[in-house]
Amino acid sequence: MKQYDAIVIGGGHNGLVTAAYLARAGKSVLVLERRPRVGGAAVTEEIFPGFKFTMFSYVVSLLRPEIIRDLDLPRHGLHILPLESTVTPMENGDYLAGWADHDETRRELYRHSPRDAEAYDEYGRLMHFMAQAVKPILGMVPPDPTSFAPGDLAGLLKLGKHFRGLGAERLHALVKLMTMSSADFLDEWFETDVLKATKSASGIIGTFLGPRSPGTAYVLLHHYMGELDGVFRAWGFAKGGTGAVSEAIASAARSFGAEIRCDAGVSKVLVRTGRATGVVLENGDELPAGIVVSSLDPRRTFLQLLEPEHLPSHLVADIKRFKFRGSSGKVNLALDALPSFTCMPGVGRQHRGAISISPSLDYVERAYDDAKYGEFSRRPYMDIVFPSMIDPGMAPPGKHVMSIFVQYAPYNLNGGWTDAKREAFGDAVVNTVESFAPGFKSQILHRQVITPLDIERITGLSEGNIFAGELALHQLFFLRPAPGWAKFATPVRGFFQCGSGTHPGGGIMGASGRLAAMRILKDGK
Amino acid sequence: MSLRTTPFHPRTGPLSEGQAWRRWAGYVVASSYELSHDREYHAIRNSAALFDVSPLYKYLVTGRDAARLLDHVVTRNVGKAKVGQVLYTPWCDNEGKQIDDGTISVLGDQTYRMTSADPTLRWLHLNASGLDVKIQDVSESTAALSLQGPRSREILQLAAERDLSSLKYFRLTSAKIRGIPVTISRTGYTGDLGYEVWVDAAQAVPLWDAIAETGAPYGITPAGMLALDVARIEAGLLLIAVDYFSSRHALIESQKSSPLELGLGWTVATDKERYNGQAALAAEGKRGPAWQFTGLTVDWDSLEQLYADVGLPPRLPSQAWRTSVPIYDRGGHKQLGYATSGGWSPLLKRYMALAHLGSAHAEPGTEVRMEVTVEHRRRQAKAHVTALPFFNPERKRG
Repeated sequence: MKQYDAIVIGGGHNGLVTAAYLARAGKSVLVLERRPRVGGAAVTEEIFPGFKFTMFSYVVSLLRPEIIRDLDLPRHGLHILPLESTVTPMENGDYLAGWADHDETRRELYRHSPRDAEAYDEYGRLMHFMAQAVKPILGMVPPDPTSFAPGDLAGLLKLGKHFRGLGAERLHALVKLMTMSSADFLDEWFETDVLKATKSASGIIGTFLGPRSPGTAYVLLHHYMGELDGVFRAWGFAKGGTGAVSEAIASAARSFGAEIRCDAGVSKVLVRTGRATGVVLENGDELPAGIVVSSLDPRRTFLQLLEPEHLPSHLVADIKRFKFRGSSGKVNLALDALPSFTCMPGVGRQHRGAISISPSLDYVERAYDDAKYGEFSRRPYMDIVFPSMIDPGMAPPGKHVMSIFVQYAPYNLNGGWTDAKREAFGDAVVNTVESFAPGFKSQILHRQVITPLDIERITGLSEGNIFAGELALHQLFFLRPAPGWAKFATPVRGFFQCGSGTHPGGGIMGASGRLAAMRILKDGK
Repeated sequence: MSLRTTPFHPRTGPLSEGQAWRRWAGYVVASSYELSHDREYHAIRNSAALFDVSPLYKYLVTGRDAARLLDHVVTRNVGKAKVGQVLYTPWCDNEGKQIDDGTISVLGDQTYRMTSADPTLRWLHLNASGLDVKIQDVSESTAALSLQGPRSREILQLAAERDLSSLKYFRLTSAKIRGIPVTISRTGYTGDLGYEVWVDAAQAVPLWDAIAETGAPYGITPAGMLALDVARIEAGLLLIAVDYFSSRHALIESQKSSPLELGLGWTVATDKERYNGQAALAAEGKRGPAWQFTGLTVDWDSLEQLYADVGLPPRLPSQAWRTSVPIYDRGGHKQLGYATSGGWSPLLKRYMALAHLGSAHAEPGTEVRMEVTVEHRRRQAKAHVTALPFFNPERKRG
């Protein structure tokens, strides 16, 4: 039997990135994917004939430029198309739009509030500095603040210097971002409610929090990070959907010699005298390897792939406490024609950007209220895109696909998710869209409703959390996934972790996959 | 407008959101229709982009000696070309220095259409003495659209109601689109799958409508020169008056280039009778050209560092540039040549440039330095010589 240097468990984008980097460094690598296709939560599937759905994740915002370069992803088919506008329909029939053109956006904001139009530029500048302040953290292995090891001390020193260098004003803003709710933070800047609602929405994605919950301001920043690489334009819609991103990374990994095996779920990591020696597949086959990397979420990495006796009990306790609380769902539609929104009738450039259903802060907070008490939002927050308007290849000519990201849909629904509840959730989504775009329902050819339970069943992400663990401050950096184990290693020698459940977290970023590979390669030297 | 508008202007005029026009051969054509050219660029690589290329100079050369005339003027072998073939070719003065470049379409047994970037009527006449040939300037009476991108074939097939899969790269065919007689050539200036449609100027507007309407479900996007400029750099295609000077406009010898120095050695025929510049080109071929026209890829980390030195995130040109930029050796002191076009490839995620380098330094992989201005200061970014084209998809010829 072939002995691999490394086996990567899970062929999501992060697992593939790790595999590609290891293979690029000359290691023999095998990726094992449980599903029939690679991609994890970044997959494109033809659910209805001729219509390609970006099943789960749907846009690329944070994919690290260095990964695109190092793996030469454009040569492997990655083509990121611009997705630049956001239109928020309001309940009074008006709208708020942000366009690609700065002057146009300013003029549009001015219509709502001349003061906000001016504040917008200053706010953008502050967020630029904030993102710049946080960006180096994304690219570093988190140092352990309680450790006296030279590597940790050096990392902490670097970090300390970095933050000292920010200056008082920016450091204060950063502390505010780390502690405030996105609604409160935005209140300091703007008076237009619909603007605050739309901006705050990016602070709640993937969390079980509302725009008025403290800590959500940081997530605002997390989503701003893509802007920093603005010139590189790594954000947008991937031609062929997010599945094409996974395919490009897989192709790069293969070009470096990595092998990828689908329909090959792993049930256990083999451990002998505290050291990983390989994996056992669900079919019972054993595959030996010197290094095993799990790109699954922390719960499955530590509690499912390993026997508890291989782990210190406090780590087991920490991982059990790690919060997932999936809160988002997805509705994918095949459409006969594009919906016409009351606020901006007809078909136009609004369909080439995002439509945000976030008409007011109260609307979004109420959507959260439902979830707090175990129900899905009757009128949910939604982020809508029409992939076929950006890449016409996503649907037959003249037809369209519609991707609706929906929040909130709690994993722990009162009474649990059933087929009937799933359809009721789908109805709530479709009816809400209909209220902003009358006649829309009659354009639907096919509907796919995905609940957090479906996300868990299909992708394996625990509790259906799209970030493989909530992106909350107490679960980031040296705390992700657990104190002392944020550096991609595990207590089992030769067994490593990567994926969105590790630093720096979720989104189609690939950063954890890359950092894990670097860590493994450094260890091997 | 005191400049001329093209026959498509009744359609292209109202599409222009920012009234951004570029001059081309005395006409105005759109720089971009939308406020930014981003989407127009991506249409070239993702769906289909529709360009108005009417300002090209076009000449109809007919008669018993038509091929003889053209063979005397250009470097490719026209006599050998078959009906339905299109040749890309440069043409030179007697010293083998390039005057212009364009295409020759073999429309019939003794019928050729020549396109050029500069007016060429006088030059053709000067070369035609004693030949039985008729030269007509059809620049104004012939309008042209270029449809470029992966979906261009599907759109044209529907519009022309016929299969175009047998129409090979650099071949042409006559067809009808909604009853309008056109010539369709599989040519373009993007290095992608694409076609150019040639039509009587009087029928320009209905042709635009037919193609635009047919293409709508396929994401057809009218596109301007800014988008085209990025695509042609990715494709490594030369632009006269930017990447080289016509020898007829050069004021000093060093402003002239030969096809061999411009990466066009493959167009210089060795299997035909005397033509303009033949002897000089043969001699140059023997000793080897002094210059090479090649690609450069700017090293991202190096560029990022130059900006980080002043506390800024890296900046990139928002449009393709067309200025002369010095290229130095890796030590940063000795100048090896100059870049003439450059820009960011949104598809390849690469900062690319087209450059003239002394032949000794033009080997792909050679490390060089390119001058960049960072916060008002001249700095040098690391770059590597890259073989052209930067982008060459299978579908271009497939």
